[in-house]
Amino acid sequence: MHQYLYLIPALPLLGFLILSLAGRHLSRSVIAWVGAGSVCTAALITMGLGIGFLQTPPANGVYTQLLWNWFSVNRLSVSVSLSVDALSLIFIFIITFVGALIHIYSTAFMQNDRDYARFFASMNLFVCSMLILVMADNLVLLYLGWEGVGLCSYLLIGFWYETPANCHAANKAFFITRIGDTAMAVGLFFLFKEIGTLQIPQILIEVPQHFANGANNGTLIAILLLAGGIGKSAQLPLQTWLPDAMAGPSPVSALIHAATMVTAGVYLIARLHVLFEFSPLAMSIIAVIGALTLFMAGCSAMVQTDIKRILAYSTISQIGYMFLALGIGAWSAAIFHFFTHAFFKALLFLAAGAVIESLHHEHNIFKMGGLKNSMRTVFLTFLAGAASLAALPLVTAGFFSKDPILWYAWSAENGNAFLWLLAIAGAFITAFYSTRLMLVVFWGEMKTQITERPGKRMVLPLIILAVIAVAGGFIEWPHNLMHLTLFSEQVQKVLPAVVLKENLPSEFIFQGIAVLVTLGGVYMAYVLYYQEKVTLEKWRQSPAMLSIRNFLLHGWAFDELYDTVFVQPFLFITRINKKDIFDQLYNGIAQLNVTLSRLLSITQNGSLRWYIAGVLIGILFIITMQLL
Amino acid sequence: MTLLFYISSFVAIIATLLAITRYHPVHALLYLVASFLAAAMIFLSLGSPFIAVLEVIVYAGAIIVLFIFVVMMLNLGKDTAFREKNWLQPKIWIGPSLLVLVLLAELIVLLIKGIDAPMEITVVDPRKVSLSLFGGYIIALEMIGFLLMAGIVGAAHIGKQKAKTLHRFLQEEAT
Amino acid sequence: MNHVNAHTVLIVAAVLFVLGLIGTLTRKNVIFMLISVEVMLNAAGLAFVAAGAKWQQPDGQVMFLFILAMAAAEVSIGLALVLQIQHQNKTLDVGDLRALRDEDINE
Repeated sequence: MHQYLYLIPALPLLGFLILSLAGRHLSRSVIAWVGAGSVCTAALITMGLGIGFLQTPPANGVYTQLLWNWFSVNRLSVSVSLSVDALSLIFIFIITFVGALIHIYSTAFMQNDRDYARFFASMNLFVCSMLILVMADNLVLLYLGWEGVGLCSYLLIGFWYETPANCHAANKAFFITRIGDTAMAVGLFFLFKEIGTLQIPQILIEVPQHFANGANNGTLIAILLLAGGIGKSAQLPLQTWLPDAMAGPSPVSALIHAATMVTAGVYLIARLHVLFEFSPLAMSIIAVIGALTLFMAGCSAMVQTDIKRILAYSTISQIGYMFLALGIGAWSAAIFHFFTHAFFKALLFLAAGAVIESLHHEHNIFKMGGLKNSMRTVFLTFLAGAASLAALPLVTAGFFSKDPILWYAWSAENGNAFLWLLAIAGAFITAFYSTRLMLVVFWGEMKTQITERPGKRMVLPLIILAVIAVAGGFIEWPHNLMHLTLFSEQVQKVLPAVVLKENLPSEFIFQGIAVLVTLGGVYMAYVLYYQEKVTLEKWRQSPAMLSIRNFLLHGWAFDELYDTVFVQPFLFITRINKKDIFDQLYNGIAQLNVTLSRLLSITQNGSLRWYIAGVLIGILFIITMQLL
Repeated sequence: MTLLFYISSFVAIIATLLAITRYHPVHALLYLVASFLAAAMIFLSLGSPFIAVLEVIVYAGAIIVLFIFVVMMLNLGKDTAFREKNWLQPKIWIGPSLLVLVLLAELIVLLIKGIDAPMEITVVDPRKVSLSLFGGYIIALEMIGFLLMAGIVGAAHIGKQKAKTLHRFLQEEAT
Repeated sequence: MNHVNAHTVLIVAAVLFVLGLIGTLTRKNVIFMLISVEVMLNAAGLAFVAAGAKWQQPDGQVMFLFILAMAAAEVSIGLALVLQIQHQNKTLDVGDLRALRDEDINE
């Protein structure tokens, strides 16, 4: 089966080529079949591959396929070769499966759009790049996929390019992730200089031999690669692009900015886990960044009014959880949370897209309401997704993936109380804003009328995703409840298990606290948004609360901070250098010549007597020279 | 002979000085004639009779006369004298005089630096001059002929004036 | 005082030359400038003749002849030009004959 490995990225690539070259001449249904069909076929192949992997695991747990030799310079030899182990397989499954559902959804969502072919071409290219990223055998090919997803993100965010705001959002996304990408490239250079190879298996073997634990150069490389991950995954301090990236169509937000591209950072860190393990400083940084991000983004999500921005901040927050888990060494917990998050977040975005479309492009949740009875299916699937996001105990997949993270934040060897407190606060906040979202959008009185209902092609993926969002967690139970580790078994073939501290209190206590906190968040949102609206009104009057609200609304004013610190000085310098100092140097030389010439031409005034006087002075000069 | 030399050089210098400072062109020219005649005497005292005579005939007799013809043709008289009188204030002379006196000083210094030898005055008669002229300097002589030819042609061409199309009474209205 | 020193003659020539130079620099009327030029030429010729007389060679006189011929040619053409100047510009002031100056933007 594994000789078909190359088909998995090749089919979307083929789809991209067909649609970008000939898309204008094809009919809508052909475009839909090509665009969605390529990803669906790749998903089917992946599932076949997965079944084969589980039944008869290959040697070393890795499928490899060498396609061709890309280039070979001196010591560096880079080939286009794919390698799939358990970790990659999980990612590939998510990308193709969720991607296929999203593509099917988009065939209906983008039905009336003028640029139908361009949309699917970009989406297919994205799927291909992401697959290359996770299937790459060496870091150069990974970087190719990295750049490819960045490009497609830019293309798709700015899909409706006739609106300038969308183009600005696309530019912003690209610039900020570029900062991370550049740091990552520098990290790759350093890594090559230290290790001498960019093949991932070799790196994982060489790193323990090359770097002492906590060595400076190892830490530097780890931090640089981490910066790349931070950029792509929208963590602190490079998180400002993701809320603005919601300018793209909802399927784009679902695929790129919920399920796949933003998790590229998680993949990178997990893949090069040995490098990070050898730098405790880098691991602590990852954990702290994850914890802070999840808290700050959660706070921002509490006050947003645009439905997609709530989900965007929620994504930043959930990836913060994944980073937190990675930082404390709970590798499989992080990957499991990625797994479940992909499903429920994609579900939420697609459902939000359905709601927005039905209410004729209304994004403000306070202008929605009362959709519970009029859009029953969407309501139920949205409810499943939101419940999973809030991690309602035992009935949702989100609980089974978030709970281990909370437990490990306390109990892992590198975990401490501060991280755990932030994570618990994050759980409270997550439950709060998920419930707020549900209550405001679906309960209450209907403020905007429904103009159209979503069709079957849009509803079916929602249902499938909702089922998985509820039931997907049952493959992995915590240790104290029912020791079922179907998922982490596979992951631990690639990544190490988490190391726990000694003498831990019972896990039940922490689970209980987490459950209480979650239910408390739900209850508080219920109180504020359903029962007494009075408290809310009081808050809206007090200026202190309003200023806090505005601060959180603008994402803790990071945009303003970056504007003041980076953008304004840069603009200032460009303004004073408007005439380009270095150009002025050369202009100055030319100007000097012109001025001298003008001065000299005064002597040529046409007066004969001046000329004779000049001759006389010359003669005097020469004779004086002669005399001296 | 030496006395002749000193007197004629004195006269030449005074006459030249007067020549360049007159307002009326004809006055200046007459003083110039005097200067040239004095120069001719200097040549005589240096033993060059041929050149002395040539100076008088050609320089004073042809060139100055040419000047006078042109002055008369252009009717330069009282007006020119008037204008020159207005223009030539004493302060005009200061600048050029200073410059030129410096030059004179330097020339005198250069001249004095060399060996000072008395000159034996012997007359170099025309026979020797013509032998040298048509002997060694024949080519130069021919070139001078060309030069004079060019002078004639040039003067004839440049001096030509276009025929007036309008009567001069009408022409004045036109300008 | 039977002899004349060579230097004396040359100094006389220098003085005459310098006088002509002053005249050229100071006078504005073309005719007077030409007169001053003639003075300078005469002084140069005097220097030549003095040199020739010192060595008792006819070369000095020959040179003076050439200078004379050249002066004649120059004066004739010069005066023809003066006629043209008077005819076209109605003035004999060299200060007004500035057509060959450098036409710059500022001037």
